Amino acid sequence: MIQAVDYIRVLPEIVLTLFGVAIMMVEGALPPRASRKPLGWLAFVGTLAALAATVYQAGYPGMAFFGMVRVDSFSIFFHFLIAFIAALVVLSSFEYLDAQQIRGGEYYGLILFGAVGMVLMSSAVELVLIFIALEISSISTYVLAGFRRRAPSSIESSIKYFLLGSFATAFFLYGVALIFGATGSTRIYMIAETIQGGKHSAMVFTAVALMFVGIGFKIAAAPFHVWTPDVYEGAPAPVVGLMSTAPKAAAFAVLLRIFFAAATPGWFWPVWISAALSMTLGNISALVQDNVKRLLAYSSIAHAGYLLVAFAAARDIGISAAMFYTAAYALMNVGAFAVVSHFASAGERYVTLEDYAGLGRRSPVLAATLTIFLLSLIGIPITGGFFAKFYVFSAALKSNLVWLVIIAVVNSAIAAYYYLRIIVLMYMRDAREPAPTVQNVSAPLGVALALTVAATIYLGVLPGRVLDYASRGAALLVR
Amino acid sequence: MDPVATPYFFYGLSAVAVLSAVGVIMRRNPVHSAIALIFTLLSLAGLYLMLYAPFVAGVQIILYVGGIVVLFLFVIMLINIERMQREYQFNKQWLVGLLAAAALGALFVAVYVKGQSIFPQHAVRFPEQLNTQQVGKMLYVDYLLPFEIASLLLLVAIVGAVVMAKKRI
Amino acid sequence: MVPISYYLVLSAILFSLGVVGFLIKRNLITLFMSIELMLNAVNLAFVAFAWQWKSLNGQVFVFFVMVVAAAEAAVGLAIIIAVFRTRETLNVDRVNLLKL
Repeated sequence: MIQAVDYIRVLPEIVLTLFGVAIMMVEGALPPRASRKPLGWLAFVGTLAALAATVYQAGYPGMAFFGMVRVDSFSIFFHFLIAFIAALVVLSSFEYLDAQQIRGGEYYGLILFGAVGMVLMSSAVELVLIFIALEISSISTYVLAGFRRRAPSSIESSIKYFLLGSFATAFFLYGVALIFGATGSTRIYMIAETIQGGKHSAMVFTAVALMFVGIGFKIAAAPFHVWTPDVYEGAPAPVVGLMSTAPKAAAFAVLLRIFFAAATPGWFWPVWISAALSMTLGNISALVQDNVKRLLAYSSIAHAGYLLVAFAAARDIGISAAMFYTAAYALMNVGAFAVVSHFASAGERYVTLEDYAGLGRRSPVLAATLTIFLLSLIGIPITGGFFAKFYVFSAALKSNLVWLVIIAVVNSAIAAYYYLRIIVLMYMRDAREPAPTVQNVSAPLGVALALTVAATIYLGVLPGRVLDYASRGAALLVR
Repeated sequence: MDPVATPYFFYGLSAVAVLSAVGVIMRRNPVHSAIALIFTLLSLAGLYLMLYAPFVAGVQIILYVGGIVVLFLFVIMLINIERMQREYQFNKQWLVGLLAAAALGALFVAVYVKGQSIFPQHAVRFPEQLNTQQVGKMLYVDYLLPFEIASLLLLVAIVGAVVMAKKRI
Repeated sequence: MVPISYYLVLSAILFSLGVVGFLIKRNLITLFMSIELMLNAVNLAFVAFAWQWKSLNGQVFVFFVMVVAAAEAAVGLAIIIAVFRTRETLNVDRVNLLKL
């Protein structure tokens, strides 16, 4: 029987859906020339309501809807993170949409619908439901990537993301079919029982490999990362802020569930190799980029690699390190892309590294904010990025993954070069002539930036509470 | 009723499915590809009948052939195919692609042949007259949440399709 | 009776043909049809496994896969129309403003 508590366990999804539908209905009622700001505020309220729903939901852990959804500290952690990212992205979109003269309220609706899919991915414990949720989040991001309609590169980014994304989900789905064939179930905890019960047939190994391919595309881990720079370059900057963080966080949640909750075998070496490749390829390619969005795209590939190091560590300490890393990475990346989207101006004119020269003098606050995010991406102390890397590397060392840690540390050193290059450009160089004009930061974007800076520094100074919560979730996941 | 001459049906239908799938890839004209796709889908519907999934077979014909392929044909109609046919059809890495896919296929076949032992040789038949009823029951009980969420997926698809097809936003 | 593994081998062949099509063709619409082939191979595998495990779950999954395929088709074809409108070509090699 379905009881009221079942609905509480999917409350954030319900709230986000309702607000998304409301936005679509108000959008139709607004006159065509009117500003779409009210819809943005509605979306912001929706994400806040989803945060409240998540907090409320935390008091009702358990399974819901006939074992389809499981609310525990693990899923609450990701719900909170995803709703928070969505709120930040909505705040940083107001000004951007005005600057690009995009007048489509569907933009905000799709962000909320996409968030429903991502939130559900992190709490679903049935592979077919995970697949549907994955599709909801993917389809909304495919469309959002094509929102800069005047720029051909945006549509191109959309079609590339769409084709490679659906190609990847087909692999994921074949993996689901194989695991269903091998174990007779698609429920993660039942799969775990069957697998722990005994034989690992070749089918299980193939299924795990196929699912890793599918999710690997979503998290942009090498060797499935080739789409990332193109898609990030063409898509609207705030949307990149969203899709480089929230769907990735959700996909990592799925991967954690498949690997650890379902206790599937045979993924250690693929993950090891993929982690090493992602870090190395991401960082080396980032060295030669002159477009900020492409540079951050390669940096996000590298960060996916660091995260996979935590997967290879494979104890509950590794899981909590991965969760902490996801949160820290998401916050600093959303922040960095918010700055990029503000600075890009109409038509995304200013996105090359040259344009950032002299920013420190012309717009000190903006430059300082970007500097904090970049330092956090490097992993400098008192920023979230430091503890994120520290936990991941120490978890890996405790699991005797010495070589992987060496590769990761060398890579972090390489990465420091290109992040510092941007900082040096901003502070030590004069602007080129004519200097790019920098608009004043609007209030919503200011709030978003302040929140991300505060959160990044909070994670860097007092990581204890978040890490504790993550370890509680991790302990529940392994059982 | 006992199945009649199933091996022949199986070989016939699979031959049609595979050959028309090759047609989907090889034809120059996208309309021909779409028609070849219809043949693959129809023969798969036949195979579903042989696997005691009559409802799935029906939905396959109505939804896939009647819905998705028709959508493809509509879009092909909107687009200038004359020019598409004159362009070169295959990309430069076709050999690499072919080899990769062949390796993948070989892997699957190896897995299935090796894993054959876990499959029962003679599976029990479902009582087919109840198939639709049972599937409906599962959709509304065990799979209620995915069913509802699927409607959200369709809503997102509608919104997305309208946004992308609009001339300006 | 045809053994279950025959159906699975057929599904593997169809899936690989879909992969071949995706990797070697240059026309966006045919690329997309190749993805449909792959999804159909998955459906065949699901139905075959449903038969093997004597559970209707596998048949139910097929519906969800079809819903997803329909949603992908609608959005994908709309994106293809948008590409055509800006480019007048559907050849992937010409859709190359961004580096590959």
